Amino acid sequence: MNKTIITVVGRDTVGIIAKVCTYLADNEINILDISQTIIDGFFNMMMIVDTKASRKAHAEMADELKAIGEQMGVHVLCQKEEIFDSMHRI
Amino acid sequence: MLNIFEVSETNKMIEKENLDVRTITLGISLLDCIDSNLSACNQKVYEKITTVAKDLVKTGEEIEKEFGIPIVNKRISVTPMALIGGACCKQPEDFVTLAHTMDNAAKAVGVNLIGGYSALVSKGMTKADEMLIKSIPEALHSTERVCSSVNLGSTKTGINMDAVRLMGEVIKQTAEISADKDSADCMKLVVFCNAPDDNPFMAGAFHGVTEADAIINVGVSGPGVVKTALEKVRGESFEILCETIKKTAFKVTRVGQLVAGEASKMLGIPFGIVDLSLAPTPAVGDSVADILCEIGLEYAGAPGTTAALALLNDQVKKGGVMASSYVGGLSGAFIPVSEDQGMIDAVKAGALTLEKLEAMTCVCSVGLDMIAIPGKTKATTISGIIADEMAIGMVNQKTTAVRVIPAIGKDVGEQVEFGGLFGYAPIMPVNEYSCDAFVNRKGRIPAPIHSFKN
Repeated sequence: MNKTIITVVGRDTVGIIAKVCTYLADNEINILDISQTIIDGFFNMMMIVDTKASRKAHAEMADELKAIGEQMGVHVLCQKEEIFDSMHRI
Repeated sequence: MLNIFEVSETNKMIEKENLDVRTITLGISLLDCIDSNLSACNQKVYEKITTVAKDLVKTGEEIEKEFGIPIVNKRISVTPMALIGGACCKQPEDFVTLAHTMDNAAKAVGVNLIGGYSALVSKGMTKADEMLIKSIPEALHSTERVCSSVNLGSTKTGINMDAVRLMGEVIKQTAEISADKDSADCMKLVVFCNAPDDNPFMAGAFHGVTEADAIINVGVSGPGVVKTALEKVRGESFEILCETIKKTAFKVTRVGQLVAGEASKMLGIPFGIVDLSLAPTPAVGDSVADILCEIGLEYAGAPGTTAALALLNDQVKKGGVMASSYVGGLSGAFIPVSEDQGMIDAVKAGALTLEKLEAMTCVCSVGLDMIAIPGKTKATTISGIIADEMAIGMVNQKTTAVRVIPAIGKDVGEQVEFGGLFGYAPIMPVNEYSCDAFVNRKGRIPAPIHSFKN
């Protein structure tokens, strides 16, 4: 399994999750977990996805999701799980 | 499984608190490039650097994308050039050609700085060492990306005062030759006592002779992250203060360790060390001085500064050591003046003096760093400042360094502008009483006694 964390931060807008999920489905990226909350007044969504069967390389996926986010005025980040694991788990 | 708050905390550190990996530095041994023919040596050096480092920048950029963390600098350090050029350089000008080769190789692979135009002369100078040192002003002036360092002393050997005297003159010449750009060449020149072989930070990085053929060393950063964490524990006890710094340093260092491991894997080059330094930049909120203020000082330099810095430095190490499998380099809090807005403010307010900075270097890495002094400062006075700093390193068994910029044509009250990561610096007053007779003595200061430490 190759876990990647996708975060969406910004103002809550209709269809954010739908658009991101459609992109992921189109590219054979499996969603393992979704959670969302409001932090410091901003809509925060986090998805844990498995990119093992992904049609796109990480950099390409990150750029394309970022572009989708920009269309909706939100900030989308794609980061491999290891950076969070190493920081928050011993 | 990870939760959204952990993810959000990490991303906040990166986006709002300037968390970054300051540098991935690729150390390359050039010992196999030694040749008695100068042009053959130059060619071998160019080929070795451009071959080993060809994927460095690309790899760094890929890692940035994968983890979403900025890697500010990708750099190269090489074996001290005095050793490589010893067989073929007959005059200082010959060494300058090697500096040009380093510069060209750095440009070819796209790194912003290359370190290792260096000589290790803690006990004595060979002819090659002396020629390299004399060539430094011209080498730095005629290149863009080359950094130079000279190790002048160590706890085991004492201080080579002949080299200290010579370096006072060389620093002055380096300032004069670049007088038209605020003596900026001096930023690329540093002298050390107890220089480490695996330091990833410029200007002092070189690839020591005890190292493998090639190695990846990583320098982390994060003064802003520590400062923000401390904002939440204002007024709390020292215990809570220290725990907070340790936990933050742990998190920051883990990122460095991750990036180092990934770079090592992708490049097929062994991982060396993570350097735990808190390295500031002129960006607002990326300041070590601001941490000292958050600990409870009105300005860096106020009474209590040395104690606060000692505490900070120690906790950063304690937190960082557990986060990395190998720690090395300089590892501590950097206190450069020009690269830290909080330090600049402290100097401007009159709170921070050269003498206080010297005291601060006793308890942290590295030394008197990025300090602009009046252009009229005599070479012997610069040597005196260097000797003092080397003595602190020698006696306390730690690395110390001096990187001062005598701003030619300028004096106290004016400032020098370097731009970018290097920032700007108000010119600081220097004690004007003479040390000529001391500096002009020949020979070296013997190594200190290692026992009877009472």
